[in-house]
Amino acid sequence: MSGEVGLLRCGVHVPRLRLARADIAAALSWTTPATRTPPAGTRAICNWDEDSLTLAVEAARRCLEPAAAGAGAGAGAGAGAAGAGGASGTGRAAGAERIALDALAFCSTTAPFADRDDAVLIAAALDLPDTTRTTNASGSLRAGTGDLIARVAEGRDESALLIASDARLTRPGSPQEMSYGDAAAALLLGQPSSAALATLLAAQSIGGDFVDHYRMSGESFDYALEERWARDESLLRLVPRAIEALLAGAGVSAADVRHFAAPAPPAALRKLAEASGLGAAQRDARVLESCGDAGAALPYLLLVAALEAARPGELIVLLGIGQGVDALLVRAERGAQGLDALTRALAAGRQERSYVRYLSHRGLIEVDFGMRAERDQRTAHTVAWRKRDMITAFKGGRCTRCQTVQFPRTRVCVNPDCRATDTQLPHRLADSHGSVKTFTEDWQAYSVRPPYVYGNVQFAEGGNLFMEFTDLEAGELKVGDPVRFVFRIKDEDRARAFRRYFWKATPTLIDPATPAPTEVT
Amino acid sequence: MASGIRDKVAILGMGCSKFGERWDSGPDDLMVEAFDEALADAGIERDRIEAAWLGVFFDEQSTGKSALPLSMALRLPNIPTTRVENLCATGTEALRGAVYAVAAGACDIALAMGVEKLKDTGFGGLPERTKGTFEDLYLPSSTAPGAFAQLAVAYAGRHGYAMPDLKRAMAHISCKSHENATRNPKAHLRNRITEQQVLDAPAISYPLGVLDCCGVSDGAACAIVTTPELARSLGKRDLVTLRALQLVPSNGVEMSHKSWDGSHTLTTPLAARRAYAEAGIRDARAELDLIEVHDCFSITELVLMEDLGLSDEGQAPHDVLDGRYDREGRIPCQIDGGLKCFGHPIGATGLRMAYEIYLQLLGRAGARQIKGRGGLGPTLGLTHNLGGIPNRNIASVSIFGLLSA
Repeated sequence: MSGEVGLLRCGVHVPRLRLARADIAAALSWTTPATRTPPAGTRAICNWDEDSLTLAVEAARRCLEPAAAGAGAGAGAGAGAAGAGGASGTGRAAGAERIALDALAFCSTTAPFADRDDAVLIAAALDLPDTTRTTNASGSLRAGTGDLIARVAEGRDESALLIASDARLTRPGSPQEMSYGDAAAALLLGQPSSAALATLLAAQSIGGDFVDHYRMSGESFDYALEERWARDESLLRLVPRAIEALLAGAGVSAADVRHFAAPAPPAALRKLAEASGLGAAQRDARVLESCGDAGAALPYLLLVAALEAARPGELIVLLGIGQGVDALLVRAERGAQGLDALTRALAAGRQERSYVRYLSHRGLIEVDFGMRAERDQRTAHTVAWRKRDMITAFKGGRCTRCQTVQFPRTRVCVNPDCRATDTQLPHRLADSHGSVKTFTEDWQAYSVRPPYVYGNVQFAEGGNLFMEFTDLEAGELKVGDPVRFVFRIKDEDRARAFRRYFWKATPTLIDPATPAPTEVT
Repeated sequence: MASGIRDKVAILGMGCSKFGERWDSGPDDLMVEAFDEALADAGIERDRIEAAWLGVFFDEQSTGKSALPLSMALRLPNIPTTRVENLCATGTEALRGAVYAVAAGACDIALAMGVEKLKDTGFGGLPERTKGTFEDLYLPSSTAPGAFAQLAVAYAGRHGYAMPDLKRAMAHISCKSHENATRNPKAHLRNRITEQQVLDAPAISYPLGVLDCCGVSDGAACAIVTTPELARSLGKRDLVTLRALQLVPSNGVEMSHKSWDGSHTLTTPLAARRAYAEAGIRDARAELDLIEVHDCFSITELVLMEDLGLSDEGQAPHDVLDGRYDREGRIPCQIDGGLKCFGHPIGATGLRMAYEIYLQLLGRAGARQIKGRGGLGPTLGLTHNLGGIPNRNIASVSIFGLLSA
């Protein structure tokens, strides 16, 4: 039954904001004895309008985005495997170059909805056909590797987009606040090929109800026990067993494994590697150092890290750990050469200087934003359904008579020289780009991250939208700045516990991880 | 070919409440206050009014829906009463309803009432509101200052002004209106301010500071209109008549089409052109004695000087700083303090502007009376409203003239 599965593309999204661990320590220094050296590194944190779902959409976009034609290699944080599985990049200039996906899976322990198909929402935001099979995996940090294991175990090499994403709340002052981080990664699977990024060769899984940490449904924070106990009593027993079985099944010697991608702290990771005969294998330290432990997304991030370092043909052992171990044997293929998806995503950080603002964004302190914050954010779901391709897939209209692009799509064309009725076809704007026509930084409007920045954006192909900007600080935006579009939380309806999403403009000049805009015809 | 409403309708009487934070008054109190003055001015019995129009914008904050609040507050004798709402052009819409009814011959005497009770929200600035079930899904939760601030950014870009230079012209606009309002006992804000105070004021929405913004006020204003013939038969000699009433709403171009650059309004030039034609004005700069424009924010007034054809494109900052629109300037603008200082009770604003023009043309403006061209007294005035935001708005331009006996 089992069989090889190709890894065709990958995409990584680490939210732009980074909190220095030294700043966390400084804010909480009164709770702990003085230390000589402040903790090193940063953790990635969501902006107020990001959650595991928006992170997932962005990682998926970077995964599916073909390498920009003529824009040079590595123009995107996503990387394509040219020629593999019909995924040859034809460039965004060609418009709707689409990969036919059989399935999409959203893997997260922090999915925003307990009952609403987050994966369907992600598929809609990506403008995938509604016949794409969607699943949601959750319940453990093995949510992401579980699906990989199943595909290898069943030899299922259909075209599938697996997205692992987590944005876990951490209690202020807890060890998790220091070590966790928010991020997402997407893997596009399909038929194995030497031109792919990698081939998943074999899989092994062992379960064990070892409660080193847990979070009950509806709770905000993890409850975590001593790491040393988890390491010695659980990981050092299960991991070598799983790896031994994995390698034996594949007929591979531990000495042949060049990369060890396992979600564990550096000290534990070394012990696990040594105990498994992988002491000489390369281990990534960058993800934990500058992003943090991204939960269900961490194994995917570590796999991308290993692929960035691997030469064609080198073997990688990838683990997922959480009440058991998922182990996968992966071979890097020549498609992985030049891969820099993770490196670029990690490099795109901007430091969040205010620990208090971070706490506020995560709802960990309640700042008084005044009576304007009482505004009713009720969603008319009948309207949201009727207009779903405009709101979720960000499709405006293109008039077939005068070619005018417009948002929203309406019955009568907005071009004053046309005004034809029922001539508009859907036109997706999400993957386009634009420029700032006007803007303001509004200190009166309710925003949990004042000032509220919004204005008119002109789309590259014409058309104008009065919209929100995100991922910038006061004083940064200028008229004429190029922007791209990102799927973000628009409003929180606290009265009805609902969250709604829409697209926002973000300046491309400020974010080195964003792809250079390509011409849209 | 329609002949328009030029000189077909005269104002028989007008009234305006004191504007401001009227903590002691509800919308009914404000309406009665304005109506009592108008009725006394008209010199008629209340029951001679045959139809009435009520303008109120934030009905959910004050009166509730329908025209009933007017009919009930004034205990009108069950005459046809209609509520209108067209954003900040609401007061002018009420006037348009009454004027059109008289011009059409549907009735002899009609009432237009505009009222707004804004200060029952418990917080500063305009009330929060939904933009519509679809719009809430994609439009920013913008504020009025934020939406109008965009004009300044685009205007500075288009005409090559450094923001500090543009801000200085904007500051002059605010100072001028404060200066004018010191002579107006009904104005909300009657203090003098300096340009430096405007520039140093706390930021509201870049590049607007708090002193670039108009007052959020309670108030009511009303007009009783009739035919010139009936007005004369009631003993009126000098009459203020409607020369033009034009209304131009956006049709979505500013919101969705690439052709608009955001540095001015598309609607006001159209409304002005139509109004000047209806009123028979050939050269607005030479003929208009005074103007009341929709200065919700300093930048709005600046841009409107060009949109109304009174300043050359890109030259408004220079004209403003040269004092062209000051009290002693060529075309006094906001002689009563404007929205900035008289205040901006939304539903009343269009009628408040008409009230000031009416008083000025009749020489009844007291300490703030202007002399007009050649010192002969003003004879032609303009009011302008801009409802909504630059991205989608409703512009109205009305022309009032003096019809001497």
